[in-house]
Amino acid sequence: MPKLDIVGVSKFYGNITAVDSASFHIEDKEYVCIIGPSGCGKSTLIKCIAGIISPDHGEILIDGEPVKQVPIEDRKIGYVFQDIALFPHMTVRDNLAYGLAVRSAGADHIGRVTNEMLDLINMRERSKSFPIELSGGAQQKVAVARAIATGSYLFLLDEPLGALDALVRAELRYELKQLAKDLGLTIIHVTHDQEEALSIADRVIIMKRGRIVEIGTPAEVYLSPKTLFTENFVGETNLLEGKVLEIDGGGCTVEVGPRTIKAIGPGREPDERVLVAIRPESVALKRASGNDGEEWRGKIRQVTFLGSLTRYLVETEEGIKLVAHATTTSEFDMGFHVEDKVGLVLEGKHMLLFSYPTEGLEKEIALE
Amino acid sequence: MQGTRHQIANAPTPIHRVLLFLERSSARADVRKIVYSAALVFFLLIVITPAIAGIVVQLLTLPTLTLSHDVFERMQNAVGWSFIIGLTVSSLDVLAGIPLAWLIVRRRGHLTTILDSLADIPFVIPTVALGFSILEFWGSPTGISQIFGASGLFSPGTLLIMLLHFAFSFPVIVRVMVGEFLNYRETYEVAARTLGASAFTAVRTVTLPILRPGVLAGFLLALARSLSETGATIVVAGTFESGTVFIKNARDAGLSAAVVIASLILIAVSLVVFAAIKIIAPRFRVAPLKVWPNLERKLSNRNVVGVRNAGSLLVFLVFVLLPCLFIAFPAVEAVLAGILGEALAGIGPWDRFWSSMFLSYVVALLATFVNIVFGLPIAIMIARNRFGGRTTRIVDTLVDLPIIVPSLALGVSLSFFWGNMGALPEFWVLVLAHTTITYSYFVRAMAASIQGIALELEEAARTLGATPLRVFRKITLPLTKYSLLSGAILVFTRSIDETGATSAVSRALKTAPVLLVDWIRGTVQVTPEERALGVGFLVLTSFLALVALRLVALRKPKGRS
Amino acid sequence: MENGEYLCVLGPTGSGKTTLLRLIAGLLRPDEGAIYFDGKPVNRLEAHDRNAVYVPQQYALFPHLTVLQNVAFGPLARQKPEKEALDAAWKTLEMVRLSWRAKAYPNELSGGMQQRVALARGLASGADLLLLDEPLGALDARLRLDLRHKLRELVKQSGFTAIHVTHDRDEAMSVADRILVLRGGRIQDHGVPPRVYMRPSGIFVANLIGGANLLEGIVDKVTEEGSTARMRGGLMIRTPRAPLPTTEQPVILAIRKETVEISSRDIQRDNVLKGEVREIHFLGSFREYLIRLTNGDVIASRRFLEGMESEFKVGENVTAGFDCRDIIIFAYPRQGLRKELEIS
Repeated sequence: MPKLDIVGVSKFYGNITAVDSASFHIEDKEYVCIIGPSGCGKSTLIKCIAGIISPDHGEILIDGEPVKQVPIEDRKIGYVFQDIALFPHMTVRDNLAYGLAVRSAGADHIGRVTNEMLDLINMRERSKSFPIELSGGAQQKVAVARAIATGSYLFLLDEPLGALDALVRAELRYELKQLAKDLGLTIIHVTHDQEEALSIADRVIIMKRGRIVEIGTPAEVYLSPKTLFTENFVGETNLLEGKVLEIDGGGCTVEVGPRTIKAIGPGREPDERVLVAIRPESVALKRASGNDGEEWRGKIRQVTFLGSLTRYLVETEEGIKLVAHATTTSEFDMGFHVEDKVGLVLEGKHMLLFSYPTEGLEKEIALE
Repeated sequence: MQGTRHQIANAPTPIHRVLLFLERSSARADVRKIVYSAALVFFLLIVITPAIAGIVVQLLTLPTLTLSHDVFERMQNAVGWSFIIGLTVSSLDVLAGIPLAWLIVRRRGHLTTILDSLADIPFVIPTVALGFSILEFWGSPTGISQIFGASGLFSPGTLLIMLLHFAFSFPVIVRVMVGEFLNYRETYEVAARTLGASAFTAVRTVTLPILRPGVLAGFLLALARSLSETGATIVVAGTFESGTVFIKNARDAGLSAAVVIASLILIAVSLVVFAAIKIIAPRFRVAPLKVWPNLERKLSNRNVVGVRNAGSLLVFLVFVLLPCLFIAFPAVEAVLAGILGEALAGIGPWDRFWSSMFLSYVVALLATFVNIVFGLPIAIMIARNRFGGRTTRIVDTLVDLPIIVPSLALGVSLSFFWGNMGALPEFWVLVLAHTTITYSYFVRAMAASIQGIALELEEAARTLGATPLRVFRKITLPLTKYSLLSGAILVFTRSIDETGATSAVSRALKTAPVLLVDWIRGTVQVTPEERALGVGFLVLTSFLALVALRLVALRKPKGRS
Repeated sequence: MENGEYLCVLGPTGSGKTTLLRLIAGLLRPDEGAIYFDGKPVNRLEAHDRNAVYVPQQYALFPHLTVLQNVAFGPLARQKPEKEALDAAWKTLEMVRLSWRAKAYPNELSGGMQQRVALARGLASGADLLLLDEPLGALDARLRLDLRHKLRELVKQSGFTAIHVTHDRDEAMSVADRILVLRGGRIQDHGVPPRVYMRPSGIFVANLIGGANLLEGIVDKVTEEGSTARMRGGLMIRTPRAPLPTTEQPVILAIRKETVEISSRDIQRDNVLKGEVREIHFLGSFREYLIRLTNGDVIASRRFLEGMESEFKVGENVTAGFDCRDIIIFAYPRQGLRKELEIS
């Protein structure tokens, strides 16, 4: 039952470090997503696992056995490519049968398994079609089934839904997850789409510039990430610069502009320069009340309709810009309009503290 | 657009004014139609019609032609052998060329870059020189036979012809396959391997089938070259007769009936063979996959691959490169023998030689120029489908005609056509013949190159306000400059090379290679040193063309991905 | 379209979005119909005379020209004097914050930068209409989130009228003044984002634009105050008065996911149904619960801001509820529901 261990894997191209000392463990039947911006090394990493590229350092162990010397064709890993890679000169059926045919399996066995696969993806009637006659989503299903047919239990998916429409992606990803669950597969799924990862992964690995930045469950990396990069990458967030004033217990008071915020943040020092992170959905808006209190006040600068949510860009009296999401209240009335005066409620328990990055904010959270 | 006249009047220089005027003209659909139509008319009238009409005229004379029985048998024999040689050699070329192309593409490094250039050498050496070189290498006591202590391993005849054709068709296959491998998406192969296929199996069952159209195209090109070649084949044929040798001999002997019938048969069978291969082979259904995993695993083994690479390098070296380069020896010996001064002064046979060289160059330059001017619009037509699917397909097929039809037979048809047309001086018939024969090379090279430019680039430019001419000048041309130049050089060298049609068309005028054939065969008496030096001069000029080609390639514009 | 409008054309692959853009750009001729710019017909005008810049999905930056030369291409092509063209180019490059890369070649830039150059090239061209074909399609999901607002801002700032084609409904909704929904070459719906989202014109649009629950039923009773629909297994649902009130008519009820409330206790809604939690999807700012109702239908509910642990567990029994006014009734599609939702 495939468990995977990656220990200190590195890959260099000249003086460019594509992968830098990556290490992690994946349990049997786990569905793990690796996410990160383009060029972060996620594709290179799984190519190392598959044997398509050989790493310069480190070990790869499948079920405890090191596989660095094992050629691609013997690693028994299913691989799904971003650009689909169905053999254009073969029918769907022949594509599905390929993995068995190259092992010289008997014709009966091949026929049986191929039919099973066709039923699995519901494409019996298209068994004689050529890849070019199918839609993108259908092609990718065939590619997945082709890999499953070889009998592997460990799968590497390299941006498998990258070439598909948003709507198809949103549907197919759940089908993939269900398939993995039904067949008991161990999956590493690489994607640049954080929503995709959050919705189906058991655990998420975040990479940046060749390094693994963080590993955690979707809820962990979204709601309580350990790094600033993760906080910004996994979803939109507001970042407020501030200075630590007081520390009490597991939280502290942070000075942001002329105001103060109480936030969760163990292990901080007084006078430390920090960033307060708060997600747009955690910024509550209400009509500006007359009394001057703990409330932050500001004006709506921009209103964007997002469907079930409405996005507000608010500029506070102190000139701080914040993005807030509010559920779209009712039909046609979005609640607030540009130039409205509003009060903002920033709940301490939804805020996170991060050290101000030494290399500067832009560089730290850069997406490319 | 308003203010065009104003713009033209205010343009800084006369050149600007002309350019502006041309650009505005290109913006009009009717002007563009005229330009393309003119090119099309030229193509049909000058390239296609004379060839076809000539054939038709010959067909009409058929009933009146008679052949004696043994001439008929000779002819049958000769034509048959042409195809046997062609098919055999092309197959061998494919078998030997693919591994070498693979090596060049997959093992990028300094050695393989050198190999890449070396593989072009047979391409650029005029085939007459090649013939002579091969004759000396395999057939004379001073060649490779020295190692075996024999007086000549191969004497002029069938085998020597095969060795010759193998050598000069080899680079065709390598070029085509290198292009195919470079364009090939390796992902398919990697996918096959992740499914459990060994490297050998993956290539055999996935890569090669996908590249089959390219392999086929290469095969057909090699076949066409083999069927066409005249001069060098004559040099190495001795008393043996292939199709083209037979026609040349028949023509010299005044057996005009035999010439006509033989060339007609050659054309007809060529067309049938090509049509058959082009239409049937792609339909060839891939048989259900049969794999021998253990065996193919062993074949993927590093050592086996090493042996294979060494083998293909050896074949290349022994059967292609060395025979080609061998010409250097006799040439250098001739120089050392001290006749260089005479040669350059034009004394004796050299007088005729230099006028032949001059003729070759003038004809080549004219043919190149005409092909660029009239071929470019057709290339654009084909690449961008300017006139609708059907028209494009027809033109596409017709463009290949001058390649498929063996040049000697083509020359015969052309001389019939122009001969009946009245008093066209031989020189111009020669130019037209060369233009016709080299037309396809330029158009194909340019069309492929233009097709390689994403249509979106031109579309974006057009919507940014660029007229069609401006799009061509600022976008298409800079990105295809390399192909344009190499296409021109290709046409030029092919014209210098040309012997078949030339022999058919002209009696009085002789281009350099045709003259050299006479020198080598002894029809014109010269000393062995003079022979060697003459061939050496011809090779030198072509080498300069190769150098020019490589320099152009190295100066690829910066920033191109 | 009005002058200065930012229109999004939303549709799946193959719906004709790119063809539409290319028709407007003049790269294709329509077989029927006419296109008017400022009231003047342009059918006969060639692409270079139309003043509508086409920006393809892969940007089509000229690889042999520098960034500056690329951006200046438009004005130069329209025969502007060189100084004027370069000035316009510099200005636009400053606007997209890439003037520091003016001498670079396209292949030296990242995807996001290339996108900005392509945009700058369009903005500097002096044209009136910007035709953007999936301008953010080649970029990472997270980058898209950041850049889409900037894209709209830049276009608006420059006073352009723009058509932005995309298959991403989030993108379309967030940047469009108006949305046009295309499918199979036909316009399915058009209007401001809130209207298209709240009152989609059809089932396909409802599914594409907002992830609505689609339940099959038959109209049972029609009265002045409202109707009821009989769902699978006899389950009754109170609905607003249907626009086509005929009893026994087969219908589809569309209910947006965020309007479905779920609770472990009783709730006060027009429709209260019992069910079991079958699946939970975590999507960052919200969770989606798939609930199997007693009659076998599955309904999805969106809950925002829950925290680390979801409030309900898989297998738990819950109560789901929604109001009449959040239901839209559509006639059952003739070709069947699956075919109607198909995108290809």
